[in-house]
Amino acid sequence: MPSYLRPTSLPEAVAALAQGSLTVLAGGTDYYPSRVGKPLTDDILDISAIAGLRGIRDDGAHWRIGATTSWSELIAAELPPLFDGLKLAAREIGGVQIQNAGTIAGNLCNASPAADGVPALLALDARVEIADIAGSASLALDEFILGNRRTVLRPDQLLSAILIPKPAHPARSHFAKLGARKYLVVSIVMAAATLELESGRVCAARVALGAASEMAQRLPLLEAALIGRRCAAQLGEHAKAEHLAALTPIDDVRASREYRLDAGLVLVRRVLNELGARA
Amino acid sequence: MNRPRTQSGAQTICFVVNGQAREFSGNPAKRLADVLRDDLGLTGTKIGCNAGDCGACTVLIDGRQVCSCLTAVAQADGREVTTVEGLAAGGRLSGLQRAFQKHGAAQCGICTPGMLVAAADLLARNRRPSAAEVKDALGGVLCRCTGYQKIIEAVLDAATAQLPPPPAAGAAIGARAPKVDGVAKLTGEERYGADGIPAGALWLRVARSPYHHASFELGDLAAYAAARPGMERVLSARDVPSNGFGIYPHIKDQPVLADGVVRFRGEAVLALVGTRAAIEAVDEAELPIRYTPLPPVMGIAAAAAPGAPLVQADKAGNLLLDGWVRKGDAAAAFAHCAAVAEATFETGFVEHAYIEPEAGWAERLGDRLEVHVTTQTPYMDRDEMALVMKLAREQIRIVPTACGGGFGGKLDLSVQPLIGVAAWLLGKPVACIYTRPESMASSTKRHPSQIRIKSGCDASGRLVAIETVADFDTGAYASWGPTVATRVPIHASGPYCVPHVTARGRAFFTHCHPSGAFRGFGVPQGAIAHEAMMDELADKLGMDRLAFRRLNALKAGDATATGQVLAHSAGLPQCLDALKPHWDKALAACTAYNKTSAYKRRGAGIGCMWYGIGNTALSNPSTMRIGLSAKGELTLYNGAVDIGQGSNTIMTQIAADALGLPMGEFRIVMGDTDLTADAGKTSASRQTFVSGKAVELAARDLRRKLLQLLEAAPDALLSLEGSLIKATDAQGEHQYDLAWLAPRQGVDVLRGEGSFDPPTSPQDADGQGVPYATYAFAAQLALVEVDCELGTVKVLEIVAAHDVGKAINPIQVEGQIHGGTMQGLGLALMEEYLPGRTENLHDYLIPTIGDIPEMKCILIEDAEPLGPSGAKGVGEPGLIPTAPAILGAINHATGVRMRQVPVLPHRLRAALKLMETR
Repeated sequence: MPSYLRPTSLPEAVAALAQGSLTVLAGGTDYYPSRVGKPLTDDILDISAIAGLRGIRDDGAHWRIGATTSWSELIAAELPPLFDGLKLAAREIGGVQIQNAGTIAGNLCNASPAADGVPALLALDARVEIADIAGSASLALDEFILGNRRTVLRPDQLLSAILIPKPAHPARSHFAKLGARKYLVVSIVMAAATLELESGRVCAARVALGAASEMAQRLPLLEAALIGRRCAAQLGEHAKAEHLAALTPIDDVRASREYRLDAGLVLVRRVLNELGARA
Repeated sequence: MNRPRTQSGAQTICFVVNGQAREFSGNPAKRLADVLRDDLGLTGTKIGCNAGDCGACTVLIDGRQVCSCLTAVAQADGREVTTVEGLAAGGRLSGLQRAFQKHGAAQCGICTPGMLVAAADLLARNRRPSAAEVKDALGGVLCRCTGYQKIIEAVLDAATAQLPPPPAAGAAIGARAPKVDGVAKLTGEERYGADGIPAGALWLRVARSPYHHASFELGDLAAYAAARPGMERVLSARDVPSNGFGIYPHIKDQPVLADGVVRFRGEAVLALVGTRAAIEAVDEAELPIRYTPLPPVMGIAAAAAPGAPLVQADKAGNLLLDGWVRKGDAAAAFAHCAAVAEATFETGFVEHAYIEPEAGWAERLGDRLEVHVTTQTPYMDRDEMALVMKLAREQIRIVPTACGGGFGGKLDLSVQPLIGVAAWLLGKPVACIYTRPESMASSTKRHPSQIRIKSGCDASGRLVAIETVADFDTGAYASWGPTVATRVPIHASGPYCVPHVTARGRAFFTHCHPSGAFRGFGVPQGAIAHEAMMDELADKLGMDRLAFRRLNALKAGDATATGQVLAHSAGLPQCLDALKPHWDKALAACTAYNKTSAYKRRGAGIGCMWYGIGNTALSNPSTMRIGLSAKGELTLYNGAVDIGQGSNTIMTQIAADALGLPMGEFRIVMGDTDLTADAGKTSASRQTFVSGKAVELAARDLRRKLLQLLEAAPDALLSLEGSLIKATDAQGEHQYDLAWLAPRQGVDVLRGEGSFDPPTSPQDADGQGVPYATYAFAAQLALVEVDCELGTVKVLEIVAAHDVGKAINPIQVEGQIHGGTMQGLGLALMEEYLPGRTENLHDYLIPTIGDIPEMKCILIEDAEPLGPSGAKGVGEPGLIPTAPAILGAINHATGVRMRQVPVLPHRLRAALKLMETR
């Protein structure tokens, strides 16, 4: 029988990882689906009993979201409007069962191109904290995910937290997902945006599109084009097809490449319009 | 309390399940669902996918819903788990369970534990939720039967629901009676294919082809088995006594285990039998099979191409069947038409997606074989198993378990011959449960179609001619392909009076899983074509689309395309008249909405259908029996399998009124081939009409015998008190103690029997004849909203008017219409099975609770004199008009006519762009 470790502290967990190859298990919402009809032979490190990895707190310069915080916990947490987009994304993940079990770090470590959490976190300028036996360090989310199902995480490392920097100005975020049905659906494309405002004008913008490349992408050209714009219900009109030119969507069972670019632009515009209208 | 665990290997997990402290020792990574079912015996929790896609396994952990198939049992340590078995406190149904029973919210019941548990989570936090909150809370559980509407109604009513009193004797027919077998589906007691497997059974795992087409050689199977502890035997084609099965007596073309060549991805090659641990440990890469991939024939065009490689060597041109209906001279008649429309339509494979995967177990008892299996057709299973096993029919007993959804997909053999052969050879019980990907890869599908159709009418709008060729992809083996290819031409001109019809149906073999029976047998595909024609012809003449259909609707006295004159019960005109006010309102609402809307547009569409009940031009009998024991126990020996549609309840209602005793007196033996008579298959919308008539005759037979015994008048009121049967008539009370009678058949001292075979006649070379004794009719209205920028479609409302002859139980009729409608919505908007690419329930999408429109049913009762109390069938009709109505509504909203389903967002967006550039 394979081994199964369920430590209660991070030092125990990273010490175990340092000693040998273990599969990290948290909410199980990606682990088990990849093993349908297959024997469970992996040596497991279950990190769900580590209290210190759970929960959201204000750390002064940033918000810290513990790795095993579930989507439901995020939805229920009292957080500023900055997190509205991430909360909307959380509600779009699977059904309530998945939101109750699935963890935010798991969504990142699984690194699916269609991960619902990634665009919203990119739009929050999220960083991830990586722990190993030597200590911990943080890096930007877009440096953490390398591509489809690939991250920089080494087998002896654990993603321990997600860090959300506090914006310099009042900020709001929004998110929209497009799927072929209402619940339990893999995204065809999704868009997330965070705007920081000063005197009714955009002073910082972070816009990301998911499921339209190997990993969700920020749209720096669009972000630059938004700076200084007056926030209004037509804000989305500043988004142009050329802002999506760097994206490389695929053709698959869910949609064509061309459609993903088309619909991605529509979603970005709608997300910006919504943020503009609310300001 | 979370206790740290840092040791390796087997561990002991302690948790509370439904209020009781329980322990599990074993692999801490084992799925909680498996622990609940296998180690704790709580089989109320169902496994539909093991991937978090269906939610059937939903349980509460510390009051929060989770998928127990995604939860390591270690994570339940020290916590409280609630399963469906824990909902009825002290054995009394909860308010939520009562509401489910009252509203008919459980059909097959396989998703019900998940639905109930998810709803219990919601109601514990929010006693009076809104419909939107119910949808959000239940969004993670898929249901394939109900169309969700009654589930939502039940959850909203949970706080106050009380069950209605049972209908009095003589008042059962037409009553909104709760399911007679409903409670077991709400408490987790019901036993499905995977639930009653005996301890100590061997398990069977199927090795399947990863290729669409390949030849293969087998290595040393005995050595492979010998090298693996617990592996008892590996079966191959040579172990199957007669290695061919199929629906038609003359086409036994599908091997139980492939013999040297595989013709579809997912075809069974080897059956590995051993302990559960042994077969679960199998590494597919080590199997002793060497494949040589061969080029596959994929799609109708490739199969029909001149010189195409043959899928089956003896089937020239890859043609399974070429069916015709010819009436008048369509080709000549088009010259005289004022308006002619013509187009080609395409549909893809559609998966049944019943939430219960195929499962069962078999056991050899002396020289007999017993097979317990989830099935729609125990008698066909029995006969087919006898052929495969080279045994006499009497040596086979099929005992149907509860069936967790079928829709046509459990009419073909799946696990039966595999576990049968293994149990026979090994002399031990052998069980098999398909995984979800295995179920999807190996089971039948709806036939993909390419339908060319041309239709014409005169200047007044009367249809003159329809010409159509419907080509179907029937996959690698015949299955129900001949049924589709003969049924479709009969129905191809739609429920309309058309003097000149030429209709052809062809089925071609390809290297895909067999296409088989799926709710409607090809008629839903055909309806997409003929209904688009109705819209186009009406538009060409500037007529209202409903009025055009009303003008042409078949009615009593009209002749069909096969020359059959409909004597009775042709209620399409009434259906359309009932829709008319809704149609006028919908059209006005769309116009008003579209005046102010920017990128969203609304449209209304209409779809009509007719559907021949029962087998096509073939004998289709049912026999039913009702027995009375010396103790006064009344038993309905019901050979009709209830697959969730409610035939157990319908048969009881019919039997109760025909006999004159209340429904509550009956107990039911269902489908057991040793105990019941052959009531045919649960298919072709036939059980209420055919078996219902047989049960009515059986009940009358028993009543006649009782009245004779009691010397009572024909109108006497019967009652049963223990072993005393009593009758009250004008002369007063008569009574008889059944204990005086000697048992004649089993425990029964008296039995009534009834048989019914609907009168049909064979079709001639031109397809002329009386293929069905009666037809169901329906018209549905769809109101949709199209997001023109994204190409997405939201169906806002469906109004469904169905002529059902007589609604024996309106709740169940509505349930069939809701469920069929949602499958029609799936066909129209999201469902497309791609072999090898969508073998799970997250790449293959079926509608969720959030996708349902507001559904309104209008029941038209144009009585069918042949049917029980005038009833016909409704199982399939709910699905057939929905996709045509949605497609018509999309056209009305946007001007685009979609000729390929599903209308995925990118397809509609592309069509809209094309129209914009024109």
